[in-house]
Amino acid sequence: MVGLEIGTSKCCVVVGEMNDEGALNIIGVGQSKSRGVRKGEIVDARAVEEDVRHAVTEAEHSADVEVRSVYLGVSGGHIRGFNNRGVHPVVSADREISDFDVQDVVKNAKAINLPQDNTVVHAIRQHFLVDGQDGVKDPVGMLGARLEVDVHVIHGHLNRLQNAIRVVKGMQLEVEEVVFNGLASSLAVLTPAEKELGALVIDMGGGTTNYVVYSGGVIKHSGVIAVGGDHVTNDLAFGLKVPQSRADQLKIENGHALLDESVAGQKMKITSDLGLPLNTINVGHLRRIMSLRLEETFQLITQDVEQAGLLDYIRAGVFLCGGGSRVPEVTRLAGQILQLPVCIGRTTNISGLSSSMDKPELATAIGLVRFASFKTRQRDARPSFFQNAKSIFGKLIPR
Amino acid sequence: METGSNPQAPLTAEKQLRVKIFGVGTAGIAIAGQMAADGFASARFAAVNTDASAVTTFAEQIHLETKMLRGLGTGGDPERGRKLAEDHFEKLTASCAEVDAVFIVAGLGGGAGSGVSPVLARAARESGALVLAFVSLPFECEGARRQHQAQQALDHLKLACDGVICLPNQKAFKLLDEDVSFGDSFRASVKLLIEGALGVWRLMMHRGIVEIHFEELCALLRERHGESCFATMETAGEQRMEALLEKFTAHPLLDGAKALEESATVLVSILGGPDLSMKDVNRVMQRVNGHATNARVIMGAAVDESFVGRLVVTIIATSPRKQQVAQPSPVPVKTVEVETPEVAAEFCAELLPTETMTSERAAKSSAPIAPALNLEQREEIISKHTGKPIRSRKAGEPRMRQITLPLDIVNKGRFDKSEPTIHKGEDLDLPTYIRRGVALN
Repeated sequence: MVGLEIGTSKCCVVVGEMNDEGALNIIGVGQSKSRGVRKGEIVDARAVEEDVRHAVTEAEHSADVEVRSVYLGVSGGHIRGFNNRGVHPVVSADREISDFDVQDVVKNAKAINLPQDNTVVHAIRQHFLVDGQDGVKDPVGMLGARLEVDVHVIHGHLNRLQNAIRVVKGMQLEVEEVVFNGLASSLAVLTPAEKELGALVIDMGGGTTNYVVYSGGVIKHSGVIAVGGDHVTNDLAFGLKVPQSRADQLKIENGHALLDESVAGQKMKITSDLGLPLNTINVGHLRRIMSLRLEETFQLITQDVEQAGLLDYIRAGVFLCGGGSRVPEVTRLAGQILQLPVCIGRTTNISGLSSSMDKPELATAIGLVRFASFKTRQRDARPSFFQNAKSIFGKLIPR
Repeated sequence: METGSNPQAPLTAEKQLRVKIFGVGTAGIAIAGQMAADGFASARFAAVNTDASAVTTFAEQIHLETKMLRGLGTGGDPERGRKLAEDHFEKLTASCAEVDAVFIVAGLGGGAGSGVSPVLARAARESGALVLAFVSLPFECEGARRQHQAQQALDHLKLACDGVICLPNQKAFKLLDEDVSFGDSFRASVKLLIEGALGVWRLMMHRGIVEIHFEELCALLRERHGESCFATMETAGEQRMEALLEKFTAHPLLDGAKALEESATVLVSILGGPDLSMKDVNRVMQRVNGHATNARVIMGAAVDESFVGRLVVTIIATSPRKQQVAQPSPVPVKTVEVETPEVAAEFCAELLPTETMTSERAAKSSAPIAPALNLEQREEIISKHTGKPIRSRKAGEPRMRQITLPLDIVNKGRFDKSEPTIHKGEDLDLPTYIRRGVALN
């Protein structure tokens, strides 16, 4: 199982395998700098292809496997999430709800008025209702006349999603499925208990900020803001009048999420890559620019989650991941704005290369593998019709 | 304690506050005279003028003498007025001694009102009184120079006073019919100004049900240097509540309640008869609170036997400094064309403060003493100043210029070519600090 994330700042490949007990084990990681992506979307396919190849090769080396198919993480400002309900009458004579009824009701829930050119990325079941009875997790085998389902639908622009898929396919790699990055991150950092309590996962990526709200064990809300670490860099470059590359370095070395009186007016001389003096910048300004941008991003998320009426349901707290969560004191800033406990999300519940993996920016790629493992497990648990047929015929045909 | 010239029956039990009302300049004295007749009992009045010829009935008269102009005044020059006042600073301070609150009433734009008032305010403050100024700004047709002088004086006053209540005459004009006589429009603006002062006066003096203590008022106004705009609405009869709310929305000085929204503190004084109901108070306050969401609202209510069936609401909204509410829109640069000799003399007196031209008129500002012109004369004047210029503009004179707004063209850097991230009309690609207007220096 391989997860591939083509991020704005880096391409990341994580290889995992399922051991005999069905637990996930990470066996390889590959990373490379990304050049052809802006705000989570591909703008230079050739550069992306090159970067992905680097990452894949590295992962293949480290895991000692050959990558043939990947789960592809997608993001971008075009991705939206909302909740929908599907209805399906149970028609069978004995009123027993079958697998097909469940499939039908989910299909109905997906059949929504999407904008033209948009396609559903995920339709995640929240819970079923059988004859109006709420909170049914698995209705198969229950009796009822009317089956309803609440789903959380994440949809995006078809062509933009296709762009990423095409690039990967062009490299002779199979795309098993596309997965929303925010969803993947949440899978990596949240434990079932936290999902049950209610949690908000904010993936602060380079080009986009994805967030997902869990409550009662299911996804309740998701969203993307096409603002990320790149914006911080850009703001700094503009405000401090330094080149982008230097701004990026300043952000990493001197970045801080909070304003601090102690640095007000403090000056810093910066030099170019060649050691030539470039100019003098004000550290106070740097912090102010950065703090304002981060603050705004959190405010936008807060507004959105508040509008969805979910702010009070987040009881396990807020989990930050992605490169943006490396900014010092970002948890405190987020806590001030969201008025919730905030911590950095850790991917501790997966075995494998634990020390090198415990980085918040790897959460998405690890989550992709996690997603893959869930899918594989599902597939094994519910054999498809074709597999069914094969096993039946297999029994019939004597060896 | 000396009482005012009008021994009107005291409205209710009045607090022992020593208030002194200074009329400054010809216009100020005229207004103060009107006030003395209007129910400011228990206040002391004083007249301050640079012009010996101005006659007043006040007990106290401070005449600022000058050797120049043979005692004839300032010649419409605020600088001269200011100098005179500075020379007689002790005299002014002495006059303000033993006083809790000083009201300065003046018409800005002329020499005495604009020049002396700020100095007087300073003197009063130094002697420890709360200083409130009630001033009027000239009509637009009185000329750009006067407007400019008035505006400057207003700025000075704001620095020197605890609170300035300013009535641009031009705004008061909106309250009136188009074809009110010239004199009437001045009288109306004076009336408005007095109403405002009366509102504050009632606020301070009436022992109300809900009282605003003088200390509270001081705390509210002291060191704020704010500019206030005010509105007094008086209605009577059965439907007084409805009429009042209607007046509230229509009041030009409140700018359709916009002034309330921008203000930091709002004083509301409600005065009614014994039949003043809780419901009425509620409705007024609801309306005010609804508009002034950001402001500190202070309410005072009083009941007066003589106000049966009447309701008077005074609203004073004080905004932090650098606020435009009560100021008139920037005066368009206008060249005053003088055609007919009769009016020429008048305008020359203000425009050219030559020593020969100085007269009693020059020291006057927007005073009600203006001659009641008949309709034709008035139209003549107005058409002269608002209509098409009769004389062609001189080459060097400033004309209406189109100003380029300092638009910041912000380079979006690496997001220049990408699809903008628009969230609720904001382009999130632009640096946050620029969108929020945070200055970096």
